Amino acid sequence: MCLAIPGEVVKIEDDSCFVDYGGVSREASTRLFPTVKVGDFVLVHAGFVIQIIDPEEAAELVKLSQEAGFRD
Amino acid sequence: MIDLSKRRSPQLINELKRQIELLCQNEVILAYNRPLVIMEVCGTHTASIYRYGIKSILPKQLKLVSGPGCPVCVTTNDILEKALAVACCPEVIFTSFGDMMRVPAASGSLLQRKSEGADIRIVYSPLDALKIAAENPSKQVVFFAIGFETTAPTTAAAIEKAAEKQIKNFSVISVHKTMPEALKLLLPDSKVDGLLCPGHVAAVTGAAAFDFVASELGKASAVAGFEPADIMEAIIAILQSIISGRPVLVNSYPRFVKTEASSYAVAAMNRVFKPCDATWRGLGSIPASGLALREEFAAFDALKRFPEAAQVTGADNPACRCGSVLRGELDPGDCPLMGKVCTPASPAGACMVSGEGACAAYYKYRLK
Repeated sequence: MCLAIPGEVVKIEDDSCFVDYGGVSREASTRLFPTVKVGDFVLVHAGFVIQIIDPEEAAELVKLSQEAGFRD
Repeated sequence: MIDLSKRRSPQLINELKRQIELLCQNEVILAYNRPLVIMEVCGTHTASIYRYGIKSILPKQLKLVSGPGCPVCVTTNDILEKALAVACCPEVIFTSFGDMMRVPAASGSLLQRKSEGADIRIVYSPLDALKIAAENPSKQVVFFAIGFETTAPTTAAAIEKAAEKQIKNFSVISVHKTMPEALKLLLPDSKVDGLLCPGHVAAVTGAAAFDFVASELGKASAVAGFEPADIMEAIIAILQSIISGRPVLVNSYPRFVKTEASSYAVAAMNRVFKPCDATWRGLGSIPASGLALREEFAAFDALKRFPEAAQVTGADNPACRCGSVLRGELDPGDCPLMGKVCTPASPAGACMVSGEGACAAYYKYRLK
């Protein structure tokens, strides 16, 4: 139930955004986190952005993903 | 894309396993002369612990038990019977998260009512339910709002949007619950030595909301993520805290959890809801552990809109031991119903239904 999925914000429209989960993009509401911007890594639960990843943590995760060959 | 597969790598898991084994040889831990009990109170943790076989690689000095962390599981049959009555009203389109569909009350389940013709739809978000309401103005669309502090703000946001857009045929049955009051009731008299705090609840409330577990209740605690390495690092933090003799709260999930609350989400929750007494399966009535709609949003209360359905009552199945499982007193494998009369295809209780219920996870990953 409290499952939440991390993804990258790729587009913002009104009170929602599009979040890329590694190839699949879905709309998520930004009503609970209106300060998100394109490029942020966010946590999405039940169709809402509920948290943003600490930028340093995000950079580290992206680095790990690059090392594993998941990201250019 | 963020790839978390390194958080599952065998090398890392083996290293963490070695650290846990080493800590369990500390004289403070050995002096307990019994296994240390660490409870998780998030259904997603329960599912991860079983899925990755974490129990099977921990030393015998540690015992992991599940608490009341699955919102489907802690929802009582009484409220489910009310929901079933609402769902059967001819003018209603009833919407629910999928996990709730097969939970059996005495009179049946939402899935059974759907098969009998009631218009019951699974949604992924309360906004999906709101969209159905906007598209069906001649119908009453009711959302079955279950979940803890992670989910309650999403319901609050949907209700505020309904108010803004004047979508008047939308309402919710609020069964939302908050975790701290339940822990304050459950932990002091329990055998629990340490607590894995729910990572995605804490992503909303902030880690500081769980400070009381150590400062008031004296239990070592760690906010944990959901990959196997996240859970094992949190266990290490709890062991270190116990060994130090000064129980503290450690945030072991800093990539998503800040010390302070997510201000917009908590503000939305507080604008729409106020604390109320709530009845939990297995724990009974707990003061101020539920979320009721505030007066200004009372028009969105489905149980006020359907007063006859609100009068329906229900009782939990006395043969079902879900209550003991939710208090961490009964291991799912020790339940006499497990795998015999209670299976995912024919569940006797809620813990066997939800993918995050301890019994369903045990049945799927442990029962041979």
